[in-house]
Amino acid sequence: MQFMLLFSRQGKLRLQKWYVPLSDKEKKKITRELVQTVLARKPKMCSFLEWRDMKIVYKRYASLYFCCAIENQDNELITLEIIHRYVELLDKYFGSVCELDIIFNFEKAYFILDEFLLGGEAQETSKKNVLKAIEQADLLQEPRHEYFAVPVY
Amino acid sequence: MPAVSKGDGMRGLAVFISDIRNCKSKEAEIKRINKELANIRSKFKGDKALDGYSKKKYVCKLLFIFLLGHDIDFGHMEAVNLLSSNKYTEKQIGYLFISVLVNSNSELIRLINNAIKNDLSSRNPTFMCLALHCIANVGSREMAEAFASEIPRILVAGDTMDSVKQSAALCLLRLYKTSPDLVMMGEWTSRVVHLLNDQHMGVVTAAISLITCLSQKNPDEFKTCVSLAVSRLSRIVSSASTDLQDYTYYFVPAPWLSCKLLRLLQCYPPPEDGAVKGRLVECLETILNKAQEPPKSKKVQHSNAKNAILFEAISLIIHYDSEPNLLVRACNQLGQFLQHRETNLRYLALESMCTLASSEFSHEAVKTHIETVINALKTERDVSVRQRAADLLYAMCDRSNAKQIVAEMLSYLETADYSIREEMVLKVAILAEKYAVDYSWYVDTILNLIRIAGDYVSEEVWYRVIQIVINRDDVQGYAAKTVFEALQAPACHENMVKVGGYILGEFGNLIAGDPRSSPLVQFNLLHSKFHLCSVPTRALLLSAYIKFINLFPETKATIQEVLRCDSQIRNSDVELQQRAVEYLKLSSIASTDVLATVLEEMPPFPERESSILAKLKKKKGPGAVSVTELEDNKREGGELNGEGDRGPDPAAMASSNASTPSPSADLLGIRSAAPVGAAPTSVGSLLVDVFSEAGPAAPSAAVNDDGFLSSASPSEDPAPPLSEADELLNKFVCKNNGVLFENQLLQIGIKSEYRQNLGRMYLFYGNKTSVQFASFTTTVSCPGELQSQLNASDQTSGTTGRGWSPDPTGTQHRVLTDFSDAPLLNIKFRYGGALQNLTLKLPVTINKFFQPTEMTSHDFFQRWKQLSQPQQEAQKIFKANHSMDTEVLKAKLLGLGTALLDDVDPNSENYVCAGVIQTKGQQVGCLLRLEPNGQAQMYRLTLRCSKDSVSRRLCELLAEQF
Repeated sequence: MQFMLLFSRQGKLRLQKWYVPLSDKEKKKITRELVQTVLARKPKMCSFLEWRDMKIVYKRYASLYFCCAIENQDNELITLEIIHRYVELLDKYFGSVCELDIIFNFEKAYFILDEFLLGGEAQETSKKNVLKAIEQADLLQEPRHEYFAVPVY
Repeated sequence: MPAVSKGDGMRGLAVFISDIRNCKSKEAEIKRINKELANIRSKFKGDKALDGYSKKKYVCKLLFIFLLGHDIDFGHMEAVNLLSSNKYTEKQIGYLFISVLVNSNSELIRLINNAIKNDLSSRNPTFMCLALHCIANVGSREMAEAFASEIPRILVAGDTMDSVKQSAALCLLRLYKTSPDLVMMGEWTSRVVHLLNDQHMGVVTAAISLITCLSQKNPDEFKTCVSLAVSRLSRIVSSASTDLQDYTYYFVPAPWLSCKLLRLLQCYPPPEDGAVKGRLVECLETILNKAQEPPKSKKVQHSNAKNAILFEAISLIIHYDSEPNLLVRACNQLGQFLQHRETNLRYLALESMCTLASSEFSHEAVKTHIETVINALKTERDVSVRQRAADLLYAMCDRSNAKQIVAEMLSYLETADYSIREEMVLKVAILAEKYAVDYSWYVDTILNLIRIAGDYVSEEVWYRVIQIVINRDDVQGYAAKTVFEALQAPACHENMVKVGGYILGEFGNLIAGDPRSSPLVQFNLLHSKFHLCSVPTRALLLSAYIKFINLFPETKATIQEVLRCDSQIRNSDVELQQRAVEYLKLSSIASTDVLATVLEEMPPFPERESSILAKLKKKKGPGAVSVTELEDNKREGGELNGEGDRGPDPAAMASSNASTPSPSADLLGIRSAAPVGAAPTSVGSLLVDVFSEAGPAAPSAAVNDDGFLSSASPSEDPAPPLSEADELLNKFVCKNNGVLFENQLLQIGIKSEYRQNLGRMYLFYGNKTSVQFASFTTTVSCPGELQSQLNASDQTSGTTGRGWSPDPTGTQHRVLTDFSDAPLLNIKFRYGGALQNLTLKLPVTINKFFQPTEMTSHDFFQRWKQLSQPQQEAQKIFKANHSMDTEVLKAKLLGLGTALLDDVDPNSENYVCAGVIQTKGQQVGCLLRLEPNGQAQMYRLTLRCSKDSVSRRLCELLAEQF
């Protein structure tokens, strides 16, 4: 996989993960063009398209589009299920996930993704194992009350 | 879920995010962000040391701002500080910031690497994973340098936790992709391969991606993975849907791992071991069988996962291309999907069938679905699906269905989406050319193409129809008539006017007998379009007019009138003005004889690769049009081009082209086109200029350069020629273009043209990797005595980019005397730091300098007898190595460069050829006779040449060809 983008129906980017080295300028250009292309497609259309020299696999969940760019020899259907498994992971972790969860806890969305995919390849496909890893990390967290006294501004 | 899971108490961050979300305008957002940036900057600069929590919070805010699309130029140091925190969440945020925002600031990289090193050696699996994730996310060369040797150790160590192994495997994969030279598997190879046997499915899932990538690059070292992969696959495929617990996904056991296993097997040929192969075939059959079983769930995830495996299995079956039974089953399965209600499946079935169409075993089976595919082209609502249908029609096209497919594509073009029209046009043009049995159909098709989609018909397409019409005299009358009719339309496309102008200018006389298309009618028709056309088209029309004056003297006065009018002779465009002035003058002062000579019909074009195919290739990127397709087309295109009547009397050609600015001298796109038969001196000088009269003793600069290199660093001497260099050379005896060499890094394509004793060769270097090659140099040299026989010079341009080099290297050859060795091409470049050094033989063989000679039977035998000294003759009797098909043999003999003489040999089964080899000093006449014996599958080849060494060399070369 070359990259994964999450964006809203309004075209707002919610998460971006790049597995190939690109400059910030290129990333912005790709994001802009691809978001436009995908948003212009109608609901019943197929989930795959050829774009530049990549294959794009995307799926919409509620207000969010999940969009992956894969290499030419990669398998489209299994990528579609990568997306679905990621959605399931988010859903299980946040408990009925919605776009706001990803906006306010963007760092968590990245951590979960890193446990699931690494370097663009599936690292661990078992839902239980991924969530176990994240939970363990959460248990390492300091209790919240420590910070209640800290002034924010 | 624990309550802590939703955010970890960074209230300030949440407040900031909602502030941003509440901003009513972009300006307000920027204002809020600037305020925050100022705040964070002052905190970071402030005297009070920040605690870990605040640091984490501010770093996280910066990250959020960056992800919104704003630039961040500070905070890196604070993020690096977080890495060494012993609180997990602080460390985690630090790593996240680095992963997203790292730049190659050397000072920071050193600090980051230090922190990573500490975490890797911490023996705390959670910290180790964080560090590995960071390396995998950044993947920079500096990190590869620091950790590439450490990670394989972590990966295979017995006491490493499973989760760490998984991260290590994929981390290593990322480093291997960026810096393959730094990742040395060596001693670890076999232990890495054995991860395929690991008990933990997650470890296998992660490791297999690494193994697949390594296998692609070093198939031999990793080939033991094949049998391991097959047994793993077999266990998964035969397991019940619940056996694999959490690795079962919607009742499908381990779909990701299954796909990856099937993908890994595609790096290798079918297993040689019968038992392994049997087991694999069984797996593939089981997968195909499962596709027929009723679904275990109605959920789309179930069918997607199941079909993902099925499609990957079909890819493997196609990759093997050796099991007819499986291929046909795959095709039938895809046939079912063609009508599936899921758009995704229809799309994939069309795509996958495209590759099946190229297998000889399944081509026919694919063809049975033609009606469904045509229907898809007409009715699919999604343009990407229609595009796949068009691709499949193109792939399944052959002689039997070409007319139907071309007709369907043409009718689809009328309503096709703009985005795919150009490609469709190219495909129709290629199919029409490739499968044209009668040329009137071909001409009709292309003219229809121009009519329907004129804007998308590129120059290559209309150039090509003209090349073909000029080379085939049996279609010229028809073409003139058809284009004349097409021009009757009140509004016709400019490309139609171009074709019309060219063809009527050449062959208008063939339809002039009919009063409805008398010369004047033709002229008026063309001229009625003149004012609506662009300058290049007008220039072409002016040339057509002057050709009219020659063809039809009765139009002279009218045309001179047109040329003389101010809008021509004083046109502000220099080209138009010049043509008008020159043509007017030419028509008034030249005698009819001179005019007839100057304006003679265009000579046939030399055979060359279809320019349209090249265009399609360019459009689709390298690899899109396979080499076989290219060669296929060349073979069939050659037939179409009427190569049989190549090489008309050179004198006539010379006069025809000597001074006429032909209506489109650049028709062939390469410079050789126009001066094919032009006065030899002018052609010579064109090339000699580039050669620089250095003489044989002083080879070109590039060769000197090589000497310099070799004295500087002896280890970089050009490698000895590859062992298969001679074989590669033989491939090109009868053809000029194709793929000279290919390995995993590089593909070298070759295109060459020869005239008299000169040759020009273009080498196209295709970088097959995703990485740039560094210091790419090529040198051409003539070993040993070849130096005095052949001048070879090269004009190299550094090519390192990905894909095909924009500027091919040109090498030029001038033959001084006959020769038998081949010049050497040495290529050196660095791929990921390792020097690649390879030497090939350039396929310059003596026969390339043949000029065909036509002669009668009488002349032939007279010369044959004159060359009767024993050493002038070379003969060889040998077994046929290739097809003895007449057409194939003819094509080869023509490719050789000689004239193939009909009705010379009393035995019509035999082939007789004649040609002259042009060297600088002398001409060597050569006569050839090839006597096939179909029953015995043998040939007798006899050569008689005026120079004995030539006879011998040709005989050697040719004996390998048939």
